[in-house]
Amino acid sequence: MKTEVLRATGITKYFYEPEKFQVLKGIDVQVNKGEFVALVGKSGCGKSTLMYVLSTMDTQYEGELVVASEKLNDWSQNQLAAFRNKHIGFVFQFHYLLPEFTVLQNIMLPALKLNRWQESEVEDRAYTKLKMLGMQDHALKVSAKLSGGQQQRVAIARALINEPDIIMGDEPTGNLDSYNTQLVFDIFKELTDVYHQSIIAVTHDEEFAAKSSRIIEMADGKIIH
Amino acid sequence: MKFTSLKLSAGIAKTQLLSKPRQTLVAMLGVTFGIGMFIALISMMTGLNKLTEDLAMTSSPDIRMYYDISPDRKSIAEFINPQGLTITHHQKPKNESLKVRNAKQIAEQIRKRPNVKGASILLNSQVFYNYGPVQLNGTIDGVDILEEDKLFDLTHKMKEGRIENLISNPDGIIMGTGLAKKLRAKTGDRVVITTPQGFTQTLKIVGLFQIGIGIVDNTRSYANLSTVQTILQKDKSFITDVNVKLYDYTKAKELAPVLQKDFGYKAEDWETANATLLVGAIIRNIITYAVSITLLIVAGFGIYNILNITIHNKMKDIAILKAMGFSGPDVRSIFMIQSLVIGFFGSLMGLIFGLVFSYLISLAPFNGGDIISITHLPVNFNPLFYVIGIVFGVATTAIAGYMPSRKAAHVDPIEILRG
Ligand SMILES: Nc1ncnc2c1ncn2[C@@H]1O[C@H](COP(=O)(O)OP(=O)(O)OP(=O)(O)O)[C@@H](O)[C@H]1O
Ligand SMILES: [Mg+2]
Repeated sequence: MKTEVLRATGITKYFYEPEKFQVLKGIDVQVNKGEFVALVGKSGCGKSTLMYVLSTMDTQYEGELVVASEKLNDWSQNQLAAFRNKHIGFVFQFHYLLPEFTVLQNIMLPALKLNRWQESEVEDRAYTKLKMLGMQDHALKVSAKLSGGQQQRVAIARALINEPDIIMGDEPTGNLDSYNTQLVFDIFKELTDVYHQSIIAVTHDEEFAAKSSRIIEMADGKIIH
Repeated sequence: MKFTSLKLSAGIAKTQLLSKPRQTLVAMLGVTFGIGMFIALISMMTGLNKLTEDLAMTSSPDIRMYYDISPDRKSIAEFINPQGLTITHHQKPKNESLKVRNAKQIAEQIRKRPNVKGASILLNSQVFYNYGPVQLNGTIDGVDILEEDKLFDLTHKMKEGRIENLISNPDGIIMGTGLAKKLRAKTGDRVVITTPQGFTQTLKIVGLFQIGIGIVDNTRSYANLSTVQTILQKDKSFITDVNVKLYDYTKAKELAPVLQKDFGYKAEDWETANATLLVGAIIRNIITYAVSITLLIVAGFGIYNILNITIHNKMKDIAILKAMGFSGPDVRSIFMIQSLVIGFFGSLMGLIFGLVFSYLISLAPFNGGDIISITHLPVNFNPLFYVIGIVFGVATTAIAGYMPSRKAAHVDPIEILRG
């Protein structure tokens, strides 16, 4: 039986600057539990824009968005922030760790914000994620001192800490060399296969897309595949 | 906002502040300087104000009642011919006696009123002091010295001799130190007093007092009331002043008109009598507050700037925090906490700096010259200033930090993440 974790129906979006321009033209997307969905398409077709809508950070759109069985259209910014914290994990192209904080602190932050577990338990969980990603030796380093690939693995650990319903990535391997790209693939694959984690990620990488469970192809603001 | 969120925001704020210790310290020093100068200035200025006020208090009674020469008087021709046009050339004032009638009874009555600490009667006259070839202009107060002591605490202002010497010496005189110095007279010497009417009398100096204010110490002497009455060749009921001292001297301004109305003599409160002296206090207060507020505004702008730069540099972090689920208020509190911490610790250092600075000022030698006898600048270490200082400091940083923090709260993460 398939459980749906994300469903977007008829997502339409315009940009008004520099001139009126329809960037998303009635997009329907659906992601089930344990699925690894790759979003591909030519540069400028609207992939990132769609991801920001799905991630709840962008609220300027028309259409219906349901994540983890919650219809999110009319929620306030603060409610959406709390929702993201609990249900959605992010991995970006640039690693975006907080540079003054240690690796461990970076991973712990979303969980401390969620405030579901005691701080000591959050720390244990963070260590578990780090071990899973082979980064436990770097836990106490300041995050600015890590390599790009290492930072991206930390970002993945951070995305996982609150056990989100879905992980979203916008070109998570876009800034990595082939070795680290391979590493991130394998991690994503393991996450879906072993832990039944749902993932939707934008990618330009053919190989990456090929390893996913489903490919969605976009062109000019529409889904063509 | 929940306490745990606030605690988390505080943790993030702390890490960010500590990661840039120099910038944090510079921001704090801005506040430190502003508050420190405020403390030093206000301590010194109010010290001076308090000194002048104290001097005004000691040199004059809270309320002084006397016969006021009527300034304007109709000529007799105007009474006879009220309708007509009358011009009087070279009109002289009437020969009025300065006597306060029933002064003893008035003093008795005033003593029964609430808030009155004491009332004394005295006979004041202009005199010349002659000692050898020197002749000096001054005044003599004929008093009941014990009554006067109750009001002005003369006992503690005696430099030589004791006030009781006056009681045992009917022809004794207690002289201001400045006056004695000018006359080159010492305790035990005899000086000749000449009144404006031309009467003279030789009196023996039995003590020297110093109130600390030039115009008094250089001109005034105390003698027994009866002695002065004798010199002036007046009767035993001739009194020119009734002096009143209150428990709460701030009430003098209210009470003076009441006394004037009840007894029909001019009643002057100490503030009016010393208006010239006290005008300095008002100017000093204005300067203190103007300078302090300027310093605080400058410090406030410093914090505003530093916080703006910090937020500009932290755009990415703000975006990532928001993507992870931190709300606008969470982000705002992170930066508000930073400015409040800067404000609090900056002010705290400012209080210490201000305390040290005002202490150093109080140690610096300062010669008041002939006008006031002080050796050091008076400094007022009032704890209230320190409370005001920290409240001002934190309030300024809160205001300065609010705008940038609000801006941070409204950062749109997409714009930053899109790159
Ligand atoms: N803030 C904006 N204002 C106006 N137009 C925008 C804005 N952001 C993006 N666009 C335009 O919308 C279109 C889609 O942009 P988007 O970033 O979603 O493309 P993309 O598919 O992610 O491309 P890439 O693969 O290069 O990242 C582009 O034509 C872009 O120029
Ligand atoms: Mg993109």
